[in-house]
Amino acid sequence: MFENLSDKLERSFKLLKGQGKITEINIAETLKEVRRALLDADVNFKIAKQFTDTVKEKALGQDVLTAVKPGQMMVKIVHDELTELMGSTATDINLKGSPSVILMSGLQGSGKTTFSGKLAKYLKEKKGKNPILVACDVYRPAAIEQLKVLGQQLNIPVYSEDGNKNPVAIAKEAIRFAKQRGHDLVIVDTAGRLAVDEEMMNEISAIKKGIDPNEILFVVDSMTGQDAVNTAKEFNDRLDFDGVVLTKLDGDTRGGAALSIRAVVNKPIKFVGTGEKMEALDVFHPKRMADRILGMGDIVSLVEKAQEQFDEQEAIRLQKKLAKDQFNFNDFLAQINQVKKMGNLKDLAGMIPGMGKALKDVEIDDNAFVHVEAIIYSMTPAEREDPSLMNGTRRKRIADGSGTSIQEVNRLLKQFTETRKMMKMVAQGKRFTPPARNVRR
Amino acid sequence: MGLFGSFTLKKKESLDKGLSKTKESFFGKLSRAIVGKSKVDDEVLDNLEEILISSDVGVDTTLKIIERIEKRVSRDKYLGVNELNSILKEEIASLLEENNSNDVSDFDLPATGEPYVIMVVGVNGVGKTTTIGKLAYQFRESGKKVIIGAADTFRAAAIDQLEIWANRVDVPIIKQKMGSDPASVAYDTVASAKANGADVVIIDTAGRLHNKVNLMNELTKIKRVMQKVIPDAPQEVLLVLDGSTGQNAFEQAKQFTLATDVTALALTKLDGTAKGGVVIGISDQFKIPVKYIGIGEKMEDLQIFRRKEFVESFFEN
Repeated sequence: MFENLSDKLERSFKLLKGQGKITEINIAETLKEVRRALLDADVNFKIAKQFTDTVKEKALGQDVLTAVKPGQMMVKIVHDELTELMGSTATDINLKGSPSVILMSGLQGSGKTTFSGKLAKYLKEKKGKNPILVACDVYRPAAIEQLKVLGQQLNIPVYSEDGNKNPVAIAKEAIRFAKQRGHDLVIVDTAGRLAVDEEMMNEISAIKKGIDPNEILFVVDSMTGQDAVNTAKEFNDRLDFDGVVLTKLDGDTRGGAALSIRAVVNKPIKFVGTGEKMEALDVFHPKRMADRILGMGDIVSLVEKAQEQFDEQEAIRLQKKLAKDQFNFNDFLAQINQVKKMGNLKDLAGMIPGMGKALKDVEIDDNAFVHVEAIIYSMTPAEREDPSLMNGTRRKRIADGSGTSIQEVNRLLKQFTETRKMMKMVAQGKRFTPPARNVRR
Repeated sequence: MGLFGSFTLKKKESLDKGLSKTKESFFGKLSRAIVGKSKVDDEVLDNLEEILISSDVGVDTTLKIIERIEKRVSRDKYLGVNELNSILKEEIASLLEENNSNDVSDFDLPATGEPYVIMVVGVNGVGKTTTIGKLAYQFRESGKKVIIGAADTFRAAAIDQLEIWANRVDVPIIKQKMGSDPASVAYDTVASAKANGADVVIIDTAGRLHNKVNLMNELTKIKRVMQKVIPDAPQEVLLVLDGSTGQNAFEQAKQFTLATDVTALALTKLDGTAKGGVVIGISDQFKIPVKYIGIGEKMEDLQIFRRKEFVESFFEN
């Protein structure tokens, strides 16, 4: 995510290295690079210009501080400015009202239906809500069916009226139905529409008027180009929406549209979609995203994600076993499952500072664990409990059983031994010295 | 009449309508850039840069166009602004022309005796399924025997969506259950097409982000499996790009080409965005021709991309 933008900024900052002081002359080239990086990242032309102007102003005002390297100072200024541009704090979703009503809006293919499903799941699990999804896309073939399938997968009811072509009536009726059935959250999915389609824009205004939602979300594809600003503005003029959802951020788009939309409509980005799985939803954190753009990593998100998925009891049990050097293949397997639950490996690794860039061209196979699991599953319970049992015959049998080779089995055994050693150290409280923090901070 | 000779009046109107947003803003801005100026100076070039960048042409291509214009300005010092119009048009047209092979004449396909297999690929939400529906309609209208394969077995209700399109345009569809192996669906479709003497096979695939290696490998596999039935299938790999996508479209073109040897592009949603500039940039940097444009949600809202007409429409006022 955003690797390219951070690469570019990084390169432009290098130009400043070795200079003692920020001057009009030595800043010009850097600013040009920053601006170009922003444009390459699809940041709106005008916003990019404003941005570099502000950065320049601030940088020139600070040339007294000769103690700090100009490059470092520039990074700080750009970072602060970027955070400012994206909104300085995270904004929560408004769940007032009984039931609370959320209306989704956006262009065709932006990911409204998928996100509706994710949001229902998220609010059910995180806020204890009893949601119902409402299918108001009466135009696109099988759009209603799509929402129904998602509802089934998530075990969340879907309100739809087959054959009814009036989304305003459906939405109104859905809310009545939700009240009757005691649902405290209604998520209304709507058809994708173009901002220039007068009739369709009137329709969504009418839906808004008809159901008076507590929260209107504008869903936008993070790969959108310069036009994102116009579309967001048009939807905002019509609907005065409350927040933005940025989808498909698991791609390699630089996502500059996020910056522009935030700046132009002055509405917070509330959520991001980061994958096709129903749990691939993240709350948007402007500051973390700015850190991320600058390649500073998103360690906070990583920690939170890990905490959420990692069972505390399990952790305590594991720690005890580790300390006693009893860590075995069953635990190893459990660990793998924990990691798998946390999501896409590359996404996770990308959150670690410095890794974003390192991983840019590296591909992490999400199926990397398949062989490892196959090997472990081919062990007898006794072998899994006590890895020291392993000998040549057993290895051969395991390799055959798992469809791998003896070399692969050996490699796993070696990795396991090393992991065990390292984990034992950690468990015994020998602090793991983290790598020195990036100079830019 | 030469330029629009092969267009019916209706088609032309619809293209104009689809592109009118593009024209308005491009021209609106250009006239504003020109108003009150008697020659091409830095300010005009700056404005031009803004117009091009704001149209998603991309920094590299924009600089290339501006550089060319600057060269012409320095060669011909007293160049007037009313000439800028035609120069800009020429420069863009030349970028589009240089790298592309000849325009395809119509919804016509080479007669090889075997079914012509078109595999449709792209990231999520660009309009693959809709484009397939429209394509099937066009081929059927031109008298071909069409069969479509529902190899997007992943996204919820994708198969139902394609099936509705198949019924709407009245062509047969080969499908399996959601979650089944897409390569197997593709194989069945191509095999059935061969057995039934179909002219065109269109294979839908699940949307996938181009940085997901496993999913890209899956595409390679789908392609390979079809070759067991027809050795040179798919004769066409059509990458669908969303017309409102920014610079990421370049990476999409690059990665999908690496995985599947994309042979043609379709650009969708051109009725909504003020841009379309992404075509210029991609034409400039890739040797893959833009073949179709999507300009609406109805089944007839798909057209053959014609560079000259496209550029003409761009600059008509």
